[in-house]
Amino acid sequence: MEKLAIEGTPKTPTINFDINSGALEIKGRSIPENSIEFYKPLVEALEKYAGKPQGATNVNIQLEYFNTSSSKCILDVFKKLEAIHKGGSQITINWYYEQDDEDMLEAGEDYQAIINVPFKMIEIEE
Amino acid sequence: MLDIYDFYDKMERNNIMLSFKGDITSELLTSILQIMESKLDNLQEEPKIKKKVYNVLVECLQNLYHHMDEVDATAVGDKTRSAIFMIGRVDTEYNIITGNYIKADNVVILKTRLDEINKLDKDQLKEYYKQVLNNGEMSQKGGGGLGMIDIARKSGQRLNYNFMPVDDKYSFFSLNIKITQ
Repeated sequence: MEKLAIEGTPKTPTINFDINSGALEIKGRSIPENSIEFYKPLVEALEKYAGKPQGATNVNIQLEYFNTSSSKCILDVFKKLEAIHKGGSQITINWYYEQDDEDMLEAGEDYQAIINVPFKMIEIEE
Repeated sequence: MLDIYDFYDKMERNNIMLSFKGDITSELLTSILQIMESKLDNLQEEPKIKKKVYNVLVECLQNLYHHMDEVDATAVGDKTRSAIFMIGRVDTEYNIITGNYIKADNVVILKTRLDEINKLDKDQLKEYYKQVLNNGEMSQKGGGGLGMIDIARKSGQRLNYNFMPVDDKYSFFSLNIKITQ
């Protein structure tokens, strides 16, 4: 598997993970009732990737909404990235939030406080 | 005869934008969220308040949904499979109201949890959220006890709740969340 591509729906985000270039993008809304099932393919792909990561891994997270069911799964994804980071791959997690969306900025800061990977908070215009 | 005008009048006076009573399914949640999103767009709400209302709505509805799963999977047609949901807007204040049956045995646990959350201020809620987020526990579908904390955090208000005993086995649990600008 070289790439993981999941198309977005009204309740789930678009996910693109290019293993060859080490680029991961999660974009859209993440409000499924069953988030474990949804995030499983990504968690598994990251586990595989951890065995032979690129020198740098570029992570872009741009969520409009996410529910608490997703928040633990997103933490799981970040924990995999933390392990990959420890293993030597340069990682920065770019956390995008819309202007004035303090809740989304705070959510990013919550993860930043838990995960030992550099975060960059990026404000985007609505 | 059912007094439909009485229903109408009460809903009108409370500015109910949308209400539903019945079994909560995944498809229903998708529809309700789509309707509410377009209503919020039509009202030209500020993005900030729109997001808060939407987020709290998602958590409240998914609480109902997951609760339906827990009650009793075999009890189809049972009254405990049914829930009520309403959203109203008075001036700039939104009211999200939910109601569902819960087992009488579970009342004390839930009440204690809600009271604990209600004791916390903004910073304490943030700390508590992070602690529960990172405690490694997850329900089968990924919940893990964050819903009510998140609702309290995002609404910035106490969780206003009530338990009404129905019979020996069940109580009716209601939650009223206010979101103001």
